[in-house]
Amino acid sequence: MSQNTPEAQARIDLLVIADLVEPGSRVLDIGCGEGDLLHLLTTEKQVDGRGIELSQRGVNACVTRGLSVVQGDADEDLEDYPDDAFDYVILSQTIQATHNPREVLAQMQRIGRRIIISFPNFGHWRIRWQLAIHGRMPVTHTLDYQWYNTPNIHLCTVLDFTALCNELDLYIEQTRMLSGDQDWRVEVPGRRANLFAEQAVFLVSRDPVASPAKS
Amino acid sequence: MSDTQNTNVTNDAPADINHQAKSATFGAEEPLTLDSGVVLSPFTIGYNTYGTLNADKSNVILVCHALTGDQHAASPNPASKKAGWWAALIGPGKTIDTNRFFVICTNVIGGCHGSTGPQDENPETGKPYGMSFPVITIADMVRAQTKLIDRLGIESLFCVIGGSMGGMQALQWAVDYPERVFSAIPLATAPRHSAQNIAFHEVGRQAVMADPEWRDGDYYAHGTGPDKGLAVARMAAHITYLSEAALFRKFDRNLQDSENLSYGFGADFQIESYLRYQGSSFVDRFDANSYLYITRATDYFDLARDHDDVLAKAFMNVKTRFCIVSFTSDWHYPTAYSKEIVKALNAAAGNVSFVEVETDKGHDAFFLDEPEMIATLTGFLSSAAQQRGLMS
Repeated sequence: MSQNTPEAQARIDLLVIADLVEPGSRVLDIGCGEGDLLHLLTTEKQVDGRGIELSQRGVNACVTRGLSVVQGDADEDLEDYPDDAFDYVILSQTIQATHNPREVLAQMQRIGRRIIISFPNFGHWRIRWQLAIHGRMPVTHTLDYQWYNTPNIHLCTVLDFTALCNELDLYIEQTRMLSGDQDWRVEVPGRRANLFAEQAVFLVSRDPVASPAKS
Repeated sequence: MSDTQNTNVTNDAPADINHQAKSATFGAEEPLTLDSGVVLSPFTIGYNTYGTLNADKSNVILVCHALTGDQHAASPNPASKKAGWWAALIGPGKTIDTNRFFVICTNVIGGCHGSTGPQDENPETGKPYGMSFPVITIADMVRAQTKLIDRLGIESLFCVIGGSMGGMQALQWAVDYPERVFSAIPLATAPRHSAQNIAFHEVGRQAVMADPEWRDGDYYAHGTGPDKGLAVARMAAHITYLSEAALFRKFDRNLQDSENLSYGFGADFQIESYLRYQGSSFVDRFDANSYLYITRATDYFDLARDHDDVLAKAFMNVKTRFCIVSFTSDWHYPTAYSKEIVKALNAAAGNVSFVEVETDKGHDAFFLDEPEMIATLTGFLSSAAQQRGLMS
């Protein structure tokens, strides 16, 4: 039953991301929270990890765990990182809360060889249902806010995100669709994925010749 | 130099925790070659230690003091009897836990609390150096500290920590001796002195030099000194250490003694009285020439200067773990300066954590028991200790 709590959802999301990262690589986790993913990647995948986190509380928690994390903001501080600094730049459940997602994605593209992004899919049938039938802004367990207090100011669907990747010449290496305890892989997300995925994880790279990701 | 025990530091008795001020003198065979090219010899380093050095000498934390600090970081100052300037942080069970770490704090070279400075005798003239003392830099301060660390038989430092000018020393240590510094915590500091920083220091120096009692620095034989000038310098500098919000909170426009204005130039306002007190108490504990030399050292500080003016190049090959801390209301060394360091470390693929602590206490916040700062330092130190294999 705990599979449907936001915490369990978040954990599935992190495990899927960790699965996509090659061992021993250099990783930047943007919006790393209290460092759960970085800790997982450091211990399980021996990555050389760095984090950016907005909240002081989060940064302190990370520093206490021995993680190298700086206080900063995805919208403001990515420009401080040099080109090609990381093998993977990760943004989990954060892009929808940024002010300028396109610019954030472009910066990630510059900093890292590969990008891993997870986000809640606004195309999920339950969300569509709430808006279509009830005429109210959707509130779900993955998007548990009212319209007036949500930090999620730039929500998108799986198809929207795919379109932005194409626009930025980002090569989609792999996508993982998550719903409840389901986790399935699709080559190119289509209408079905857009309807049934509650969350999506995209592994993209700026270069189609990059070695294929671990599947 | 009171309470001096001369050191022939023996390795079997390293754990001197009696908090007596110590000093180490380096003779002709161990000269200090300064950035200016001048060779300073002989010279003495006044220092203090807390805690116990472990068997493999791997638990050393070097604490670096700020502009007008001294080596009495955790124990009462022998002259003023006041608590050490960082007694809030250093001690048994505290953030810098002397049950686990061996803490060393030195008075900087050029200082006036036991290390050789302008008030000491110039061996060539038999008189105090005064303005014939060579100009020193932050790198010189660090170089002098290495002499002491060498003499104590310590290979590498577990951590170098300090705020403000102490943070500059921590940065300089990591850049100049990367293999000897496992971790560094520069607090409320900057990678270089800005025009504004230099400007405030110049006001202070000019105040000292404008005092007729300064006598071009040769005031020692006269029994008086440029007290008024030095007090003004301290008053001006002290304003830069506080935030406007803190001044408002503590003083606002409150009157000192009465309900009414005096229509004169006495200290009507509490802030005036406070600054005058800061100025006059400072001259009792600080040598005016020393103030000139140490402010000069910070003005000359620019970590990138020897690295093609690219800060990131200074950090190439530096494996030291950094924890950088800034304070929101610090306008003396604002967060932007700390972020420059963070940015350069990231560009050099360095290992850095950074926290900006929310506080209205201004630059001086790093001296205080700031809960967020304490939490950050405690976490960083314990994880670094674990990585260093120092868990007890």
